[in-house]
Amino acid sequence: MATDTDRLVIAGHEFSSRLIIGTGKYETYQQNADALAASGAEIVTVAVRRVNLTNPNEPLLVDFIDPKKTVYLPNTAGCFTGEDAVRTLRLAREAGGWDLVKLEVLSDPKHLYPDMEETMRAAKLLIADGFEVMVYCSDDPVFARKLEDLGCAAIMPLGAPIGSGLGIQNQVNIRLIVEQTSVPVIVDAGVGTASDAAIAMELGCDGVLMNTAIAEAKDPILMAKAMKHAVKAGRQAYLAGRMPRKKYADPSSPLAGLI
Amino acid sequence: MKLIINGETYAELKADMSVLDLLTYLNLPKAKIAVECNKEIVPKSGYKTVLLRDGDVLEIITFIGGG
Repeated sequence: MATDTDRLVIAGHEFSSRLIIGTGKYETYQQNADALAASGAEIVTVAVRRVNLTNPNEPLLVDFIDPKKTVYLPNTAGCFTGEDAVRTLRLAREAGGWDLVKLEVLSDPKHLYPDMEETMRAAKLLIADGFEVMVYCSDDPVFARKLEDLGCAAIMPLGAPIGSGLGIQNQVNIRLIVEQTSVPVIVDAGVGTASDAAIAMELGCDGVLMNTAIAEAKDPILMAKAMKHAVKAGRQAYLAGRMPRKKYADPSSPLAGLI
Repeated sequence: MKLIINGETYAELKADMSVLDLLTYLNLPKAKIAVECNKEIVPKSGYKTVLLRDGDVLEIITFIGGG
């Protein structure tokens, strides 16, 4: 497959970048916008929160990242029940006018693992309400299958706990999820540096979603650029098909004709 | 009349305000926000016509940075 025609397709929407970045934890919205430009990402995750009534003139994300040029993917971060998540995304749909959303229903603030029971319940409600649901989930192939069967638009297993930067902790599970899933699989959370993103892509994931790895790098703009290359490199390596692993050395120069 | 907006009490608002009147009063942009009144979303098409009543509980949201 020629890589210049390689597209990520989520619920009928086509993207040429397989990197999705968050908009949290940056020093300023300007830095965030610069990182976005360096990353080449076409989708950003955004949070839904109360407007600031005491200072309606504070800087707005939309003034720095144009929702007409970049897809805003509203998330339900901070929601701990299915009802909270559904309420939040209904408001997001009214504010933004789009159906593509990221569902995440968390459990314990200590590890921020998804509450899969509530996630399943919320996914059902949202899909019945016409949403295209990209769902943050545990790296459990059984739940991943159930979420796909419900009609989720993308399965987004964690690589490691949110914000931990520990990299892909269970490559076996991520690979199993990739093999069994026919909608896009996007590793969401856990990436710490470029090689982690490349590993996710080499495992056959369709994309990578990250926030902290870029926002909390010493130089977020440079890291955004590194992630752009890592996702591309990993994707191309996956498409190229890696050589088989061998137990012993195999010389690259021919042994015949030695003097 | 009294309204609860984003958890804050606004005690001395004039009666019969529409949602649009309130947004103007609060000096909020009309784009990229959503309004919920007593847990029901007020569609943008209803901003002029939906009148607020004493004791209504409102949530007004927008998009901010997040992961």
